[in-house]
Amino acid sequence: MISISTSDNRIKQFFIQIGEISFFAGRFFKESVRPPYEINEFLRQCYNVGNRSVPLVSITGFIIGLVLTLQTRPTLEEFGAVSWMPAMVGISIVREIGPVVIALICAGRIASGMGAELGSMRVTEQIDAMEVSGTNPFKYLVVTRILATTFMVPILVIYGDALALYGSFLIENIKGNVSFTLYFNQVFNSLEFGDLIPATIKTFFFGFAIGLVGCFKGYNTRKGTAGVGLAANSAVVMASMLIFLLDFVAVVISDIFYDL
Amino acid sequence: MNASETHSETEIIKIRELKKRFGQNRVLNGFNMILYKGENLVIMGKSGSGKSVLIKCMVGLEKADSGSIEMMGKDITSLDKEAFNELRADIGFLFQGSALYDSMSVRENLEFPLRRHKHRFGKEVKTDSLVHEALENVGLSHAIDLMPDELSGGMKRRIALARTLIMRPKIIFYDEPTSGLDPITSKEIIELIMNIQDKFETSSLIITHDIDCARVISDRMILLVEGINYAEGTFNELTKMTDPKVRAFFK
Repeated sequence: MISISTSDNRIKQFFIQIGEISFFAGRFFKESVRPPYEINEFLRQCYNVGNRSVPLVSITGFIIGLVLTLQTRPTLEEFGAVSWMPAMVGISIVREIGPVVIALICAGRIASGMGAELGSMRVTEQIDAMEVSGTNPFKYLVVTRILATTFMVPILVIYGDALALYGSFLIENIKGNVSFTLYFNQVFNSLEFGDLIPATIKTFFFGFAIGLVGCFKGYNTRKGTAGVGLAANSAVVMASMLIFLLDFVAVVISDIFYDL
Repeated sequence: MNASETHSETEIIKIRELKKRFGQNRVLNGFNMILYKGENLVIMGKSGSGKSVLIKCMVGLEKADSGSIEMMGKDITSLDKEAFNELRADIGFLFQGSALYDSMSVRENLEFPLRRHKHRFGKEVKTDSLVHEALENVGLSHAIDLMPDELSGGMKRRIALARTLIMRPKIIFYDEPTSGLDPITSKEIIELIMNIQDKFETSSLIITHDIDCARVISDRMILLVEGINYAEGTFNELTKMTDPKVRAFFK
């Protein structure tokens, strides 16, 4: 009986949370079109989200390219299909691996950071102080952060993809003596707009989800400093789950268009 | 000294039958209060008695379930957000933990409230001069470029007070202004509050359970018990009362 009531409670809490986050997203859309616009804070957040994620995204992207090529090469060699390497790596990185892995990295860095920062501001009454001073804290703190992640995550993904392809080229150059021009010619010959456009569009949604979840968890932090840790942690978990869910939806939709 | 000798009879804040509950927990049970112009009114109550909830209702951080709060002649429970934000420029709030913005320097902390209300001072008044003046008032001009984590507890409280003063408010709410401070720093903060009151002729509502602070600072006191104004009067009047619930505060 106890376990049934516990799982009932969890299901109820899950749906309450879905409702709350939908309401939060609705408030974001409403506030984002209303003046005054916090341009300076938006640019500062773009710098925080974008520039400060560059080292992590660079290392991750580059290593993805290296590892993917190193792992795949022996198998392709067995079938005498090493010449397909640039096409295979290009398509897999641009369509799937690059966006998802880099979005997950961003979820870890950005969503947790936002959850912890806003959570700490909430429990130390800094958000209340903003409200009392007549500034709309939602607009100043939340709208700017969500917009920043929505615009910066796609740029980080494109940058990460480019580094992953460069990493892959280095391995091909060392092991197969393939030139830069030949490698990238093959990569771009194999890619179509149907690969690039859906992959780029979905990264805007990934960025939005990361910002939304990070801000939602941080802005609604309760229970003091323990709540701050919980907010940071659950922001990463929820953002990562949303990324996979959105990726699945994006793949299904692009598959429908591909069939047409 | 009679309370009426220290202030005028103009009502700045008038609260009628204020009620607020969280679930089954009734925090405010029909609270009534008047704050007169130029008055220092202290509200004392035990922890969890609803002091902070009361102050949050007054600044719009919590919404009361029923009752009215008139501030400078306007009922804030019926004001729209825009009008209430304009009214907020006349209200200062010193938070218990200072609530300085961690990511901003002292200068940026002080400039922040001016972002929205700078027009009140006219174009000829420079933001920089307002910041310097506010810091001089709390004796911390040298801290202008420091970050909050470089300040001591007392300095943080003073900077928070400077941030409150920069808007030249007509009313200042103090939420436990001396909590967490050593006795010497507490005394300095109390003196600072009194100097500010003299200089700017503000009306102050001070929430505290520091009996020394209440004795020195108050023109009049309200004891908040079970969500109502249980007893009211000057410090001396309250100390002479024989009611056990009142006596418990002064033991």
